[in-house]
Amino acid sequence: MELNDDARSMKSFSRRAFVIGALQFCFLGGLGVRLAWLQISQGQKYKRLSDRNRINIKMLAPSRGQIVDRFGVPLAVNNQNFRVLIVPEQAESVEKSLRQLQAHVDLSEEQIQKVLEQAKKSSKFLPLEVKDNLSWEDVARIEVNLPDLPGLSIDVGEVRSYPYGPATAHIVGYVGLPSKSELAENQTLNLPGFKIGKTGIEKKYDDELRGVSGASEVEVNVIGREVRELGRQVSRGGERVVLSIDAELQRFMQDRLSQQKSASAVVIDAHTGAVYGLASYPDFDPNLFTHGLSASAWEELLADPGHPLTNKAVAGQYPPASTFKMVTAIAGLRAGKITGDRTVFCSGHYDYGGDRFHCWKPSGHGTVNLIDALAMSCDTYFYQISTEIGIDNIAQVARELGLGEKLSFDLPEESPGLVPDKDWKMGYHGSSWKPGETIVASIGQGYLQATPLQLAVMTARLVNGGYAVKPWLSAYVGQHEERREDFPKLDIHEWHLHLVKQGMDKVVNNQKGTAYGSRIVQPDMAMGGKTGTAQVKRITAAQRQAGISNEELPWKYRHHGLFVGYAPVNDPRYVCCVVVEHGVGGSATAAPLARDILFETQKRDPGASQISPETVFKNNVVKAG
Amino acid sequence: MNDSIRIHSNHNFFERLHYINWGLVFVILIVSGIGFAALYSAAGGSFSPWASRQIMRFAFGIVVMFVIALIDVRWWYKLAWPAYWLGFVMLLFVEIMGHVGMGAQRWIDLGFIRLQPSELMKIAVVMVLARYFNTATLEDMRRISFLLIPAGVVLLPVALVMLQPDLGTALMIGMAATAMFFMAGASLWLFGVGALLIAGMIPLAWHFMHDYQKQRVLTFLNPESDPLGAGYHITQSKIALGSGGIEGKGFLNGSQSHLNFLPEKQTDFIFTLWAEEWGLMGGLVLLTLFGMIFFYGFWISRRCRHNFGRYLALGLTVNFSLYVFINIGMVMGLMPVVGAPLPLISYGGTSMLAALIGFGLIMSCHIFRDSRVTRV
Repeated sequence: MELNDDARSMKSFSRRAFVIGALQFCFLGGLGVRLAWLQISQGQKYKRLSDRNRINIKMLAPSRGQIVDRFGVPLAVNNQNFRVLIVPEQAESVEKSLRQLQAHVDLSEEQIQKVLEQAKKSSKFLPLEVKDNLSWEDVARIEVNLPDLPGLSIDVGEVRSYPYGPATAHIVGYVGLPSKSELAENQTLNLPGFKIGKTGIEKKYDDELRGVSGASEVEVNVIGREVRELGRQVSRGGERVVLSIDAELQRFMQDRLSQQKSASAVVIDAHTGAVYGLASYPDFDPNLFTHGLSASAWEELLADPGHPLTNKAVAGQYPPASTFKMVTAIAGLRAGKITGDRTVFCSGHYDYGGDRFHCWKPSGHGTVNLIDALAMSCDTYFYQISTEIGIDNIAQVARELGLGEKLSFDLPEESPGLVPDKDWKMGYHGSSWKPGETIVASIGQGYLQATPLQLAVMTARLVNGGYAVKPWLSAYVGQHEERREDFPKLDIHEWHLHLVKQGMDKVVNNQKGTAYGSRIVQPDMAMGGKTGTAQVKRITAAQRQAGISNEELPWKYRHHGLFVGYAPVNDPRYVCCVVVEHGVGGSATAAPLARDILFETQKRDPGASQISPETVFKNNVVKAG
Repeated sequence: MNDSIRIHSNHNFFERLHYINWGLVFVILIVSGIGFAALYSAAGGSFSPWASRQIMRFAFGIVVMFVIALIDVRWWYKLAWPAYWLGFVMLLFVEIMGHVGMGAQRWIDLGFIRLQPSELMKIAVVMVLARYFNTATLEDMRRISFLLIPAGVVLLPVALVMLQPDLGTALMIGMAATAMFFMAGASLWLFGVGALLIAGMIPLAWHFMHDYQKQRVLTFLNPESDPLGAGYHITQSKIALGSGGIEGKGFLNGSQSHLNFLPEKQTDFIFTLWAEEWGLMGGLVLLTLFGMIFFYGFWISRRCRHNFGRYLALGLTVNFSLYVFINIGMVMGLMPVVGAPLPLISYGGTSMLAALIGFGLIMSCHIFRDSRVTRV
């Protein structure tokens, strides 16, 4: 009985499984027939079309977003660029078409080879750029002869242009062709001649600036004339980026720095952190990059000892030298080792643990208090204080004031600088901190490293009442507000800040001060500040004996000149930091530059105006850089 | 056929290896290889971002497949209910998470893979039904009361999946289950009544469908009505297929696919990309390979000497073939766009893993085709 059941069940299963199997193969066969119908009958339709007409796919490149300054003055715009493209698939022979094109426009053998090389590697339906920046006459000549130039077409593209040229190159950055790895990420980048941000704001906001590409599928006849559009995905332009920069101030700063071989300068708002100018010299013309830089010009830029491609204002790291003395002063005040009338006797040198540490003035400053020590930049005063408070207290204040780590600034090139302490030395060098190193650090030498931007931030925090401002460049990306405000207050006593500010006032505005020669005489514009001279190479005993002045050394061994300043001295609004590489001394080279820059800044007063995302520059006449 | 009286109850490891259906493994490798080539082309001639990850997932999946294949089919018999309830709990979990504010999320993120419980549920339903029908006589199958439990087994997950809402998956579970009832010998009039019930429910279902789902159905009925909107996908897919012709445009030269006219070219529309570049020839080769897989499943089911294996193997084969029909039918404009992947070819972890788990179970049925599978 059971066996009988099994047999019947098996028979039923066999029958029904066969039905299921047959159904599956019918469906599969149906799919095959449908495929054949689509590909043979519809394929015929397309084949017939392609004899007289063909389907063309045109990529619609998105328009790259503008970059403008705080007044809406354009810093990066798009100009029209007429180019001739070739679609290999539509040319009988790419080489033949290019040879025929040679009869109409100037086309070098090198350019032809480059296109042929590209054609071998890329898909044959993708257009390749043959030549760009065509003149009107070129365009007209090609247009007329298009029937004899199979596969070629004229296209109006856009080319990035920087009206301020070198003056804003380090901030705005430049665009270039995507690299191989970047190409793999995004299909849009395969558009012929599509450029992406390589440095600066162009890189930081590349995604936002880029927009989204579209495509249009058109039916064209044999000579390439469009018959009708079959499908379209519209492109979406990129966002507009509004910067805090004042382009004219920026140009002024860049001009002033060009008096030196290599220098950088920053102007920021003491209260809001807005960056009004950020200059680095030597510079380069970003417009050259968009047209393709020659290999030799590139090599030249790379080999320049002034590093024109580097934005030294944010990427350059220097010993802060005497500009660091405010940090040591705050640390001393906080630890209670400095009081209003604490004095130290300076004999021109300071002996500690069998070593002799020299003050910059061999004859000494005599008995000095904190304010005079800052004004005359007496090293001995800070040597003495530092031995009483130790490195960790100093490092703590340095970090609170914005040194030693990145400030999450808008430029990807930002460097972190370095504030050493005992833990750092143990972790990095594997040895314990030596008291002598504290003495060296007290005047901003030794391991200490800071960028000009960090020094400006440090000064801003000292003079704005002790608020932890952070610097920013981009105010708006599209409608989105990027700037940061409402900074927390630091735990630094008002009175301590007041004393330090008094010292910085005296540096510039008192005859004893190291920057008296660079004071601003208009009383309502007067500045305060601090000079610094950073040793690049240790001064040997022999040199000290022989009295060799630093100016006599080869350029690359001379000291760096630094200056941090603020103005107006009674109600600080603008903060400036200038670093002159190998400029011998802060008071000699950096302070005069800072004076000019702070004077110009106050005259233009960019901080008096509000930024809005719609800001448009009224006067559209902008001189080309 | 020589019906041997040997009972292969406990093969040793090497015997098991020997009994693996290497022909089926070979076809799976070729089909997956076609998938890698298509993904390589979809990325514009690059292994990243799709092909390389797909190869890694395949390597993982094929190991899982072999492990499942080598485990005695009686274990799978025992695990049918636990698998079903595990799948049910996971399904319930995503359903609840969906309501707690994560949107229409259909997967659980395990870190290395995003698991879609509904994919695993399809397999579990087939396993439970195969187990339930294993000892059923034809008389049992004629009794409505006997069929109430399996009907509940199917309707529970179908209802949950409908809530997600994932109409495509619900339909697929329903269709695979229908095939199981059919092969196990349910009365034919039942299917007639079922068909009438469903026809009667269509207006009701229409009422509950989301707008986008209604739109898809309408667009399917007349794709040309909105060539730049919802009908765009199907129209573009058909242009791509049609322009491929008999010989295709050549590897990496599918202009439609590469210029982004084709949406989701790496997942749902991968068949279009393949047939655009390789033409009718390539398309038919792929269909033939799928046909071979169906045939292997059918053949393994026929050779199996216990009902559990017969039903499991054929049920899983039907499940696999449903994916193929729905996906390819969709890209050729024969079905509404429902968002079903092409198994083994489309980019995606769960669908690849689910297909390979299915093959592992089918192979286990083959290796242990002579085992005696009964209730413990």
